[in-house]
Amino acid sequence: MAAKYTVSAKRTSAKVGKKTRRATPKTKNVPVAKTYKLYINGKFPRTESGRYFKLEHKGKVVANVCQASRKDFREAVVAARAAQKGWASASAFLKGQILYRIAEMLEGRHQQFVDELQAQGVLKAPAEAEVDQAIDCLVHYAGWADKYQQIFSAVNPVASSHFNFSVPEPTGVVSLLAPQRSGLLGLVANIAPAIVGGNTVVVLASQRLPLCAISFAEVLHSSDVPGGVVNILTGATDELAGQFASHMDVNAVIYCGTSKQTITEIEEQAANNVKRVITRAGKYAHGPYTIKDTLEIKTTWHPVGA
Amino acid sequence: MASTAKLPNLNQVSRVDQVGVEERAARFCARSIKNESKQEALMMVLSMIDLTTLEGQDTPGKVTQLCHKARHLNAARPELPTVAAVCVYPTMVAVAKKALTGSNIHVASVATAFPSGMSTTKIKLEETRMAVAAGADEIDMVISRGAFLQGDTRFVFDEIAQVKEACGKAHLKVILETGELGTLDQVRRASVLAMHAGADFIKTSTGKVQPAATLPVTLVMLQAIRDYYHETGRMVGMKPAGGISKAKLAIHYLVMLRETLGNAWLTPVWFRFGASSLANDVLMQIEKQRTGVYQSLDYFSLD
Amino acid sequence: MTSKKQGKESRKLDFSTGWDYAPAPQSSADITLAKRYKHFINGKFVAPANGKYFSTINPATARPLAKVAAGNARDIDKAVKAARAAYRNVWSKMAPAERGKYLFRVARIIQERSREFAVIESLDGGKPIRESRDVDIPLVAAHFFYNAGWADKLNYAFPTRSVKPVGVAGQIIPWNFPLLMAAWKIAPALACGNTVVLKPAETTPLTAMKLAEVMQDADLPPGVVNIVTGAGDTGAALVQHPDVDKIAFTGSTQVGKQIQRQLAGTGKRYSLELGGKAANIVFADAAIDQAVEGIVNGIFFNQGHVCCAGSRLLVQESVAEEVIRKLKDRMETLIVGDPLDKNTDIGAINSKEQLERINAYLKIGAEEGVQVYQSSCAVPDTGFWCRPTLFTGVAQSNRVVQEEIFGPVLAVQTFRTVNEAIAKSNNTPYGLSGGVWTDKGAKIFKVTRDIRAGVIWANTFNKFDPTSPFGGYKESGIGREGGLHGLEPYVTLN
Repeated sequence: MAAKYTVSAKRTSAKVGKKTRRATPKTKNVPVAKTYKLYINGKFPRTESGRYFKLEHKGKVVANVCQASRKDFREAVVAARAAQKGWASASAFLKGQILYRIAEMLEGRHQQFVDELQAQGVLKAPAEAEVDQAIDCLVHYAGWADKYQQIFSAVNPVASSHFNFSVPEPTGVVSLLAPQRSGLLGLVANIAPAIVGGNTVVVLASQRLPLCAISFAEVLHSSDVPGGVVNILTGATDELAGQFASHMDVNAVIYCGTSKQTITEIEEQAANNVKRVITRAGKYAHGPYTIKDTLEIKTTWHPVGA
Repeated sequence: MASTAKLPNLNQVSRVDQVGVEERAARFCARSIKNESKQEALMMVLSMIDLTTLEGQDTPGKVTQLCHKARHLNAARPELPTVAAVCVYPTMVAVAKKALTGSNIHVASVATAFPSGMSTTKIKLEETRMAVAAGADEIDMVISRGAFLQGDTRFVFDEIAQVKEACGKAHLKVILETGELGTLDQVRRASVLAMHAGADFIKTSTGKVQPAATLPVTLVMLQAIRDYYHETGRMVGMKPAGGISKAKLAIHYLVMLRETLGNAWLTPVWFRFGASSLANDVLMQIEKQRTGVYQSLDYFSLD
Repeated sequence: MTSKKQGKESRKLDFSTGWDYAPAPQSSADITLAKRYKHFINGKFVAPANGKYFSTINPATARPLAKVAAGNARDIDKAVKAARAAYRNVWSKMAPAERGKYLFRVARIIQERSREFAVIESLDGGKPIRESRDVDIPLVAAHFFYNAGWADKLNYAFPTRSVKPVGVAGQIIPWNFPLLMAAWKIAPALACGNTVVLKPAETTPLTAMKLAEVMQDADLPPGVVNIVTGAGDTGAALVQHPDVDKIAFTGSTQVGKQIQRQLAGTGKRYSLELGGKAANIVFADAAIDQAVEGIVNGIFFNQGHVCCAGSRLLVQESVAEEVIRKLKDRMETLIVGDPLDKNTDIGAINSKEQLERINAYLKIGAEEGVQVYQSSCAVPDTGFWCRPTLFTGVAQSNRVVQEEIFGPVLAVQTFRTVNEAIAKSNNTPYGLSGGVWTDKGAKIFKVTRDIRAGVIWANTFNKFDPTSPFGGYKESGIGREGGLHGLEPYVTLN
C-alpha cells in the first residue's frame, strides 16, 4: 500500500513540472498482467476450488485461467435464478439500451480484444474481423429487444367469446457451453440472443480461447447489465457439461459443438427436469429465430363481455 | 319512511362475468329431461304460470275469458293443475277477482305506472293501494330504471319499500326490467337492492321491452336470491317474464332453478312464469306425452 | 315460509330430494364395433405380426368392447417403412394445397360421423357423452379444418425461412382425449408434409381405428397415416425405431423424461406435452359464482383426467368460506354415472389402474390429515367411479398438493396476498396451465404474466381451440400444439 501511495505522490508531483519527471531515472515499463477470474453475480471471484490451468501460446504462459468447479457453477445458477425475474421484467426498451451499451463498451475496448485474441493465437486480420462482428452482433440484437415479441406473438381467433393471445416469455435460466473455436464472437453470438429474450445465463467459455470471455465480463460489468444476468466461468468443458445439463434449476442448455458423446450426455442429463436442449454448430445464426430457441410461448384467455 | 329496511352497499355486491353466466346457462339447456321427469316438469310449469294479459285493448270480456282459461286449462283433463295467478292491469283486478272466485288462483296486478314507471311515487302508491283494495293478491311493480341508472339507488330503494308497505298483505313482485339495465352486474345490484327493500319476488321484465327474460339474466337473479337467503334466512321468489312461450324453454328454467336454489324453490310459492302463450304449449306437450302423437294448436283453446 | 332465525347452517340448500332427472341415454344402437381391430398400415388393416390381440373395455361396465391388435417392434417397423415410403414418394411431393384438401376432407367426414365418434369415445374411455359430443369431437373436426388451411401457407408462418417437413413422425397419445389428441398430432403433422405412425393409448384405441376408416374414406394416400395399437412397449418400439425423424408424445412427465433420455444422441426431434398441477387462483374481488363454475370445469371436466386441470384451488382467505360453500353446493348437482346418459357430468374413471391411483391419493390425503369431502351422489355398482372430491385444510407441503392425481380431486389452499398466490402457484416442477379470477384488469395482467405456465385462463378455465397454442413450461413439456406455434414441431426451418 505504501508503495502505491508513493507512486501516486510522484504522479501528482509529475504534473507540477517537467523537472521532476526528468529527474526520475529512465527504466523499462513493466506491463501489468491481468488476473483472469470468474464472473458470478456481478463480481469477479476466483474459483472456490483454487484450481487453474495454464494458457500457453508459443511456449509462453499467457495466463493462469481459473478452472471452475461444479460449486462455482452452482453459485452461478443461484445468481442467475435470482436475477431472472427482474431481468425478464425489465422493459424491452431498457434491454435494448443495455445491449447497445455493451456494444459501445466493446467498441471502446476494440484493441484490447484484438490483442487478446492474438495472444491466444488468432491472426491479426481475423481477430479484428471477429471483434467487429461481435460488436455488430450486439447492435443487431439490441435492435431486436423490442421487436421479436411482435414477430412471435399472436392474437388467436378462437371460436368462443374470448380474447386469446400468445406471447413469448423467457425460458428462464439458460446454461451455455460456448463454442471452442471462437473466443469472442462465438460467446457473444450465443449470450446476446439468450439475454435479449429475458433469460439469464451461465456460460462456460471456450476452454481453448477463454481470455476474451473474462474481458467481455468486464465489458458487461460496465454496461449496466445487472449482476447475475450473465455469469461466465472458465474451465473444462468435459468436466462441467454434465452439470450444465443436469442442474434442476436450469431451464435450457445450449451446447455449441459437435461432439456426439457430449450431446448424448447433455440430452440424457437434460431429461432430469425436461430441460430444453439446443445444439448449435457451424455459422453463428443471427436473428429472431435464435432468440426464439430460449423463449416459451404463453397463451392467455379472457372472456369478452360487459 | 316507515320501513326499517336498510339500503345495502351495492358496491359490495358480487361481480358478474357475462360469458361465464352464459356458459352456465347453456349448460342447463344441455340437460335432457325425459319421460316421467318431463311429465312432472310440465305439471310444475303449468302450476307456476301467471297467465297474463297486459294490453291497452284489454276489456272485461277479454279478462273474463282469460280467467276461465286459467281455471279450466283443458276441459277434457280436469286432473291438470290450474295456473298460479292471472296477471292484469289495476283496472281489471275487480273483473278478474270476480271471475276467479272460488278458485285458488291469485289475482296479480301490475302497478306503479307499469310498464315505464314514469310517474311520481305518490301516484304509484295510490295505484298500488287501489289495486290491492280491488282485490289483488299480488302486486307486480316496476322499479324506476332511470333513477337506478342515474345512480340514485336510495330513491329506488325507498320507493320499493313504500310500495311494499302500501301492499299490505298482498305479495310484492319487483320488476327490474333487466332489458333496460344494460349489464348483468346491474341486474345483480338491482336484485340485491329490491330484496333488501322488501320484495317478496323479483321479476325480470314487463314483457314490453326486449330482451325480456333470458336464462342468463334469470340465473344472475337466482344467484342473488341464494346469497340473500344465506345472508338473511329469508326466501325470495323469482319470476322470469316475457319471451318464455315454449315448454322446452320453461323446463330449462326449472333445471336452472333446481340446480341453483334446490328443491325448496320448485313450487309456485317461490317461482312463477309470466307468460301468455306458454300454457298452451305445455298442454300440447302433456298431450304428446300422454298419446305419443305430436299436437296442433287447433285443439287447444285460445284465450 | 321464511326460515326461522337460526344459524346460517340451517340455510343449507337442498339438492337431494324432489324432482330428479330420468335416465336419458344416448342411443348406441346404430353403433357397430368389430370384434377385432387390426393395425392400420399403408392404407390397409393388417393383422399383428405376432397374431396377438388384447381387449379394450368399457370402464363404465368393466366389460370388453372389442379386441385390438397388440403391436410389437415388427408392426412398428412395417408402419414406419410405409410412412417413409409415403413420405418420400407421395406426401412430400404433393402440392401443399392438395395436401390441405385431404385434411379438409377428413374434417368434413368427421363432422358427418360426429355422433358415432362421440358415442364410441364415451364407450371406450368413460367420458360423458355431453363432453365427447359437445367438446371432443367438434374440436377434432375443427383441428383438421384449421390445420388443413395451413398446408399451402407455411411460408407465411415462418417469414424469411424455407420451410420443409421433418419426415416421419412417431406420435404417442394418451387416453384422456383419445381422438382429440390424435387430431392434435396428425393434423399439423400432415399439413406440414410429414407422414405419421400413431400409437393410441392402450385403454382407448377404438376411435383411432374409426379414424383410420375415415382416412380410407377420404382416399388419403396409403402410408401417410399409420396406426399401430398396443401398450407401452409398442410406444417404446416407435421411439426407438431408427427411421423415425421425430417423436411427439403426450402423457405423463415420467414417461416423457424416459423418452427424452432414450432419444439422447439420436438426432431425432421431439415435442412433449406432459403433466401438470395447475393452480386456479380465486381473488376476493372475483365474480365468485362464475369462479365456482370455473373451478368445477377446471377439476371435474373429463373426470379430472386433464393434464391442464385446475387441480389446486388457491382461494383468498376472505372469500374462502363462501367459495367452498358454493363449491360444495355445486358439487351436489353434479351427476356421476353412465357416460352415455346425456345428463351425466362425471363419467367413469378411465381404467381400474387409474382408479387405484386416485384411491391411493385419497388414502394419502387422509393419512396426511387433510379433510376429505365428497359429494353425496350415488355411483353405479359396476365399473370404475370416483365422486367429486375436495381436500381442504391442505398445505403446500402435502403430497396431494404437489403430485398430479389425474382424477376429480381438488386440493383447496388459501392465501392472503397476490404475491403469495403467485409464489404458491409457481411452487411446482410443472408449468402447463393456470387460472386467475378477479374483476380487476391490472391484477389479471400481473398474475397472468407472473405465472410460469404455457396456458393461462383468466376468468375462465379449460378452454381449447385449434387456433390457440397449448403446451408447457418446465416439466410440463416442450413445444406447442395448436395455432401457428403448433406448426413448429413439424417443420424444419432453413
